[in-house]
Amino acid sequence: MNKTLLILKREYLTRVKKPSFIIMTILGPLLMALLMVVPIFLATLSDSGIKEVAVLDETDWFSGKLENDENYTFKIVDNKLDTLKKKVLKGEFYALLYIPQPELNIPVNAVLFSAKQTSLTLKSYIHNTLKTEVENRKLLSSGIDPEVIKSSKTNFNIQTIKLENDGKESKSYAEVDVAIGMITSILIYFFIFMFGSLVMRGVIEEKTSRIIEVIVSSVKPFQLMMGKIIGIALVGLTQFLLWVILTMGIYSVVLLIFGSGAATQIQATSSMMGQGIGAQQIANNAQITQVFDVIHSIDFGVIIFSFMVYFLGGYLLYAALFAAIGSAVDNEADTQQFMLPVSIPLILGIVLSGFIVEHPDGGIAFWLSMFPLTSPVIMMIRIPFGVAYWEIALSMILLILGFIFTTWLASKIYRTGILMYGKKVNYKELWKWIRYH
Amino acid sequence: MQFIDIQNVTKAYANHLALDSVSLSVPKQSIYGLLGPNGAGKTSLIRIINQITAPDSGEVFFDGEKLQPHHIAHIGYLPEERGLYKKMKVGEQALYLAQLKGVDRKTAERKLKFWFERFEIMAWWNRKVEELSKGMQQKIQFVVTVIHEPRLLIFDEPFSGFDPINVNLLKEEILRLKNEGATIIFSTHNMSSVEELCDNIALINNGKKILEGSVKSIKQQFRTNTFEAHLTEVSSDFGLNLPAGFNSLSQIKQENGELSVVFQCESHVKANDLLNFLLPYGQIVSHREILPTMNEIFVQQIESQKIKN
Repeated sequence: MNKTLLILKREYLTRVKKPSFIIMTILGPLLMALLMVVPIFLATLSDSGIKEVAVLDETDWFSGKLENDENYTFKIVDNKLDTLKKKVLKGEFYALLYIPQPELNIPVNAVLFSAKQTSLTLKSYIHNTLKTEVENRKLLSSGIDPEVIKSSKTNFNIQTIKLENDGKESKSYAEVDVAIGMITSILIYFFIFMFGSLVMRGVIEEKTSRIIEVIVSSVKPFQLMMGKIIGIALVGLTQFLLWVILTMGIYSVVLLIFGSGAATQIQATSSMMGQGIGAQQIANNAQITQVFDVIHSIDFGVIIFSFMVYFLGGYLLYAALFAAIGSAVDNEADTQQFMLPVSIPLILGIVLSGFIVEHPDGGIAFWLSMFPLTSPVIMMIRIPFGVAYWEIALSMILLILGFIFTTWLASKIYRTGILMYGKKVNYKELWKWIRYH
Repeated sequence: MQFIDIQNVTKAYANHLALDSVSLSVPKQSIYGLLGPNGAGKTSLIRIINQITAPDSGEVFFDGEKLQPHHIAHIGYLPEERGLYKKMKVGEQALYLAQLKGVDRKTAERKLKFWFERFEIMAWWNRKVEELSKGMQQKIQFVVTVIHEPRLLIFDEPFSGFDPINVNLLKEEILRLKNEGATIIFSTHNMSSVEELCDNIALINNGKKILEGSVKSIKQQFRTNTFEAHLTEVSSDFGLNLPAGFNSLSQIKQENGELSVVFQCESHVKANDLLNFLLPYGQIVSHREILPTMNEIFVQQIESQKIKN
């Protein structure tokens, strides 16, 4: 059997059989599922029974303004504050809202007493109601009808439509593009770091366990390095695939248990999670359908294909560098000085993502999506917004060239580094190794 | 017949010359000792034979052929810096390393069983390496070095870190492998093992070969014409007159009526001359020429090089 293949097989099997791998593979989707299911579960659990809130209003401004709903009722009371506090402690009231007589004429603060932590919704409801009432009264005293202000508020929507060359029009929804770009680029970022450092640790392990010389007397260092890099890439892909499959599995089980009602909620929470920016807006179903419309109009073929290319290409490019770093040091603690310059481009990509989202077609976005060290992250952010095919193709070619270059560079450092012990290596030393023939 | 022929091999690293036009020849089916102080260039030379590094100039021939990648399958190498994957199981690991040497899985399994049974370590097959003692790991290390029945074996400091029992086991195995046809190069500081095992040696210092030849001839070359004799019933006039060529009677020791003497002689004096001289003076228990040990030759050669520089 081909020796690189043998190495690849060992690297793959020893990692996949590890208990930590199996645990992570199962825990990952469970955590994801928990993240989706728990909010729904909590919502359905929401405290049973109606809670009564006592309102001690010394200003008399707010009677009848606080409205009862299915969770809370508000009762205007007129006892002493201390007696009321005791009642709250005894559990006669869930909470006590105390609006003291203001020093000036206008009330500007209130206190909410309770035995247990009050819910955020209650607090914000009270806050908004009181605030609106005070504002309305201020407006009235200035001779402005609050109704005028209210009617001047407008719900204005802009629908964005992308014009395609072939005359097609597709609904676009920037938030969805942002979400897809962000999720894919962050996945790539994590994959590169997680599995790149796995490569590095593997190399260090071979050095510290002193098996390296036994192995390089049987195979070429380059074969060993490539076997390791590709083997670990397959470990990553296996984990990724298992995550996708398991998450889908859990998702469908949840659907079966909670029924379709829960499904829309899951979709809402999941899109909110991914969305970040647009989260608040997606409150009603109509908008969710609009989002799904847009999702259907996105060219997933291009996105999935590019994701695979940048996912693998980026990993291969960086893994070679990580392998070189591992070979140059004797233990993990010494990797810091070399890790920094290698990780900066990746971190830069993530840091700049907000900016790229704002200017997906700007000069910086273009050049960073061509530069192989940043293109895997940056291009994935840009692609959902629509990028010309020639740009994607050029960026991919540059990525592949970059990968060939870093692998060549890394193999030079690697073959010298793996046999070097007890030497503090600096950049000058690395440069010498590269120049050895 | 030469099995390994090294011709004018030079290897320079960034700031020093590791090997300076070194030529060696290792006869087939012999044990060849590669001696020299730390940093002399032994490991560099061994790495070149193993094709881990390439020489800057010069050539290496393997059984008459120019050294090529496929020769790797015929070389077994136990490096000085050695170890195993700690988390991997013993059997699985040995199989893996054998396969890397080009042995197919089935053959490797069969041969490993043979060796594991021979060393009585079959019970460790499914244990992780980190669970084993150092001595046990060394046995496994040895097995994976010889598993592919290499024609050339290279041991770099094979006895360092081995306990005395394993050292003996290793020596036995090395001699047995030689008898079965293998050629063995071993690099060491352990001079007593050199005398015990090696047929030929080369002494390397500062990247240059300073001595090469059979152990026997080198010892002859550095003979100091010193003889030792043990006598009993010695007559009282012994030692008053020394014959021509006998320079001094340098050491006298008497124990339980047995006299030990050491003579320093001219180079033409033979063992029989000593015998003839001694006969009239008493009963000869034993007599022999004292040849320098490899250790003495080693130290002397390295010291004299230092003075020259």
